[in-house]
This record gives sequence, C-alpha cells and structure tokens, in this order.
Amino acid sequence: MADHADGIGGLKYDRSKRAWPNEMNIFIALVLIVAVFEALGQILPYMDGQSFLFDTNDRFDTIFNEARLRIIILQVAIIGIISLGVTQVIISGGIDLSSGPLTAATAMIVMSFAQTELVNGNPNPAAVFGPWAMDLPVIVPVIVGLCFGAFIGSINGSLIAFTRIPPFIATLGMFLICRGIAQWWTRGQPVSFPTEGYAWLGSGMMPVIWFVLLAILCHVLLRYTVYGKHTYAIGSNEDAARMSGINVKRHKVMVYMIASMLAAFAAIVLSSKNLTAQSGMGLFYELYAIAMAVIGGVSLQGGRGSIIGTVLGAMVFGVIQSGFTYVKLDAYFQIMAMGFIIISAVVLDQWRQQRAASRS
Amino acid sequence: MSDIILETRDLTKHYGGVHALEGANFVLRNGEHVAIMGDNGAGKSTFVRQITGVEQRTRGEIIFDGKPVNFSGPLDAREAGIEAVFQTLALADHLDVPDNLFLGREKTKFDWLGPFRLLDYKAMREDTLAALEKTGVKIPNIRNTIQNMSGGQRQCVAIARTASFHSKLTIMDEPTAALGVQETAQVENIIRTLKDQGEPLVLISHNMRQVMDLVDRIIVFRRGRIVANLNKNETDGQDVVAYITGAKTQPEYDVEGVA
Ligand SMILES: Nc1ncnc2c1ncn2[C@@H]1O[C@H](COP(=O)(O)OP(=O)(O)O)[C@@H](O)[C@H]1O
Ligand SMILES: [Mg+2]
Repeated sequence: MADHADGIGGLKYDRSKRAWPNEMNIFIALVLIVAVFEALGQILPYMDGQSFLFDTNDRFDTIFNEARLRIIILQVAIIGIISLGVTQVIISGGIDLSSGPLTAATAMIVMSFAQTELVNGNPNPAAVFGPWAMDLPVIVPVIVGLCFGAFIGSINGSLIAFTRIPPFIATLGMFLICRGIAQWWTRGQPVSFPTEGYAWLGSGMMPVIWFVLLAILCHVLLRYTVYGKHTYAIGSNEDAARMSGINVKRHKVMVYMIASMLAAFAAIVLSSKNLTAQSGMGLFYELYAIAMAVIGGVSLQGGRGSIIGTVLGAMVFGVIQSGFTYVKLDAYFQIMAMGFIIISAVVLDQWRQQRAASRS
Repeated sequence: MSDIILETRDLTKHYGGVHALEGANFVLRNGEHVAIMGDNGAGKSTFVRQITGVEQRTRGEIIFDGKPVNFSGPLDAREAGIEAVFQTLALADHLDVPDNLFLGREKTKFDWLGPFRLLDYKAMREDTLAALEKTGVKIPNIRNTIQNMSGGQRQCVAIARTASFHSKLTIMDEPTAALGVQETAQVENIIRTLKDQGEPLVLISHNMRQVMDLVDRIIVFRRGRIVANLNKNETDGQDVVAYITGAKTQPEYDVEGVA
C-alpha cells in the first residue's frame, strides 16, 4: 500500500496538487523577452538609450510606449485570429498549411462583394462584378467569406478524415489551390474600394477587438464544451477516442471547418483594414500562425495546448518582431531569426515532454 | 431463455486471407464469469472486437440480451450495455481521470447547443469519486493527467470506467497483462465486486491462477476456433494447457482441418 500512502482513495479534488500551468512559463518567457530588448536598448551603442517598453518622451499621461504596444497587438491580431483555428487543428493532431493562401483567396472573393459603385463620383475602377454586386449590406460579403472558408475547411477535413491523406499533404495541396484561386479570381488585379460598412470591420483597433472576442469564444469552445474535449481526446489518442464512441471523422471535418472559417474571417478583417485585397496577401501567414501556437505551448504531437497559450504565443511573436525592428535588425535577419525561434520552441517542447515522461 | 445475456452463432472474421476467427459458438449466462484463454494470435481479441462493434464481422450472428444485434461501432455496443476494457488502453493521455471516465458520454448542460454543449465538470467529478470509491481504486488526485500515472492506475481508471456505468456485460481483454502484483490484486478485486453484484463478465487472460480464482467457466481458443468449453470445477491448469497447446480438443469442437 506504499503506493498509495495517503490512502485517500482518490476521494479528493485537490486544487493545490494541480501542475504548474504551461501558460505561466510562456508568460514568464514573454516578460523575459521584453526585458532582454529593454536591456539591449540600454546596452547597444547605437540605440541612444531608447526604451523598448516605456515612454521616454516626458509625457506625464502615459507610462508605456502606447504606440509600440498598439502596433504590436495590431500586427499580431489578424494572424492571431488564424492562429486560434490552427491551434484547434494542431491540438486535434493535425496541421493546416492552407490558411495563408486561404486568407488571400477569401479576401479577393469577399472584397468583390463589398465594393462601392461610385468612387468620388466615378464608377469603381476596380469593379469585379456588375452593379448588382455593388453597395451590398456588409453582412453579404461576411457571409460569403465565412461560407467559402467553411467550404474549403470541409474539403480539408474530409480529405483528412475519409481518405488516408496526411494533413500535411492535404493542406499543402489546398495551399496551392487557394493561391491559384486568389490569382485567378481577377487575373491578378487587386480588388479595392469597399463600402463604408465593410471598411469599418477592420478600422482602427477593430482587428484587436475581433481577436479578443474570438479568442474568448475559442477558449470557451475548447475548455468548456464537448467539442473541445473531443478535440483534445482525438489529438491525445485517436484510437481511444474512436473506441470511446467519438465520431472522429465528423469531428475532424468540424475542426478544419472552424479553422478555415477563422482564417476566412481574418481575411475579411485584413482586407477591410487595408481597404484592398491582393492575390499575394497572407504570405507566410500559415507558418506564422503555426509558430504562434507552437510558441504558445501547443504540441505538434497533438493533445496539448490552449487558447490562452496561443494568445501569449502571439504576444511573444509580436514582441519579438517589434523588438527586432526596435534594435534595427535587418528584415532578412528577422525572418531567419523567426525560423530559429520556431525551431527552439519545438525543441523546448519536446525536451519538456521527455522530462515529464521520465518523471512518471 | 432470458437467462442468456450473450450468444454468438458461427461468428467469423477474416482479414483478407487471415482467418482470425472461425465459426465461434459461444453462450454466456447472466451473472456468469467466463474466461477466454489461448495462445497469442488465437483470435481472442478479434472475438471481442466483433462483439463490441469495433469491427464488422465477416459472418455469423450475435444475440445480446435476447435480441440479434448489429453494432455499427463501440458506442452502439456501449449504449446497449456492453462495456469493454481493450488490450490497448482506450485512454487519452493528456486528459484527467473524470475526462477519461466520461470520454464519449460526457455529462452536459445546454444540450440544445449540439456539439458545442457545455460540460458539467462538477457532476462528472462527483461521479468519478463515487465510481472510484465503488471499485476501491486509489488515485491520489483525479485531476492529474493520465500520462503521469502508473500502469496500474491507468488500468484501474479504464476498469473503473467500465464498472461505473451500469452495464449488462463487461468484457476485459488482458486487463492485468502489464501490471505488478499489487495492481493486479486491485483489478481482481474489482472483478470480484462485479461477481458479487451479479454482473456477467468475459475475461481474457493468460494468468492461470487468476482465471482459476475468478471465473466459473473457461473457453479455449486455438487458431481462430473454440476448442474447449470447460467448467472450472471439472478441470485444472494442466488440462487447460493441453487444450491451449493443441494436445487435446474436445470432441464436439473437433472440426476437420484443425490440427
Ligand atoms: N486488423 C488485422 N488485420 C489482419 N490480421 C489481423 C488483424 N487483427 C488481428 N489479426 C490477426 O488475427 C489473428 C488473431 O489475432 P488476435 O485476435 O489479436 O489474437 P489474440 O488476441 O488471441 O492474441 C492473428 O493472427 C492476427 O495477426
Ligand atoms: Mg489479444
């Protein structure tokens, strides 16, 4: 009975015995990274003692450098929305590489239902359709976009669930298909001049508001609903999930659909923010979205991770990107450094898992 | 005949050319505990997979609780009242004990939300504690994820799962194969609890002592076929081994072509 010395027979729900949450580590990492950039600002000779985080202009109304914070969260918000869906896909044991090009394709399609008829009294020079598609209520392009996302997601999910195509390959194919759709839609021409209503969706800090709202929604989905529990279960042990009676195939289709709908919504916000859609937009977004999730502690082996982690991961991502600019690192090096950080995050995660496994 | 809880007639499963299970005729009465023994590859697990709807049989009939059944999946079987502990544990490593206990049949609120209905964590925790108490399983903290538990604790969770839902039939496929002495004893205690409660059980095991201790009857499988149906009181370990190895076959099961 030495195994069960406490002899409580599992008859206790002990909050204090719960493991240190992984999200805490990421939060600490976030603070450390900010501190490192702050220190670099003081140390590097060419920085003139600028502060990364704090407002050094003698303005008494603010402590933080609001402009930088605003840029960081704005930068992060749109890819962050994509990352919320990618998180769910990865937790379910899959991967989605198609989200970047899907963003472009959706933006092109949606924007052509969001145009105004007259620009400064002249006909819209970038019109895709005739007058019937002009000045539609904002709900129309939004629904078109979400439906397109759901459609692409259901193809992704069905390919993965009903054939034996690995998620990597299925979504890589969709990656190319969507980029092709984006270019074919207007033969490469940008689509511009949206209605006022549409332009509002991504104006100012709206992307951040959407990101926060959707993050809360996804957090609730993953943490408090049957959908979420089954997503973890499938990623953790697909056979166990199936034997427990979970409809694994249907669930996978649902996960990919939700992910693609989030990417489609990101496309709406992005095209609204930019007031234009271009076939080349969303470059590397799929990778950045995966990176945010992985930095946030979502395990590429499935079954582990959380929306809180991903949001923190997105913040880390934004801070690093902004910090690189702040210390005047060349754009080329920035991309390379990002690659390095993603690899480090995965290595760290595996190391942590191995340690956890050897402890038990 | 309401006495019979499970009957299979000519139950057969072929995997392509592999005749994993061939013409199994099997009867289990209410309250009875039966062991299935046989060498590795004899078809024991295959037999279980056909009954529990994990796979679709090639041929034959399954009569459960008086009705012919055609389970399209394990959930069907479970809803009909068959609980199974599979040889490869059907547990999700990254979930905790209540999550695993209720996997696939969560207690929920706001059911009109469909797949997005809310989990009733509190009710599931309470039921988990009750289930563990009923089966005498000791787990320090039910909120720990399964991955950090010992093999025995994991197995106990799997078994507590089957024992805690009022099932009409429990099937265990080598539940103690990977366990230590103490852990095995705990599992055997759960099995005795089931016996006391009059719940029928099919136990697949290689452990002769365990089988002799726990069950009423022993069925021996060899090369996909049933070769013996032995009352525990009328047999002994050596006799059973003779059937397992093929030294003996009961005359009523002696089919041409079986060595
Ligand atoms: N999915 C499968 N595909 C092909 N052959 C299988 C499959 N599952 C089991 N078998 C074969 O069926 C036979 C019986 O296997 P099994 O029922 O697992 O045996 P046991 O549980 O008695 O050790 C073995 O020869 C095994 O290799
Ligand atoms: Mg077996």
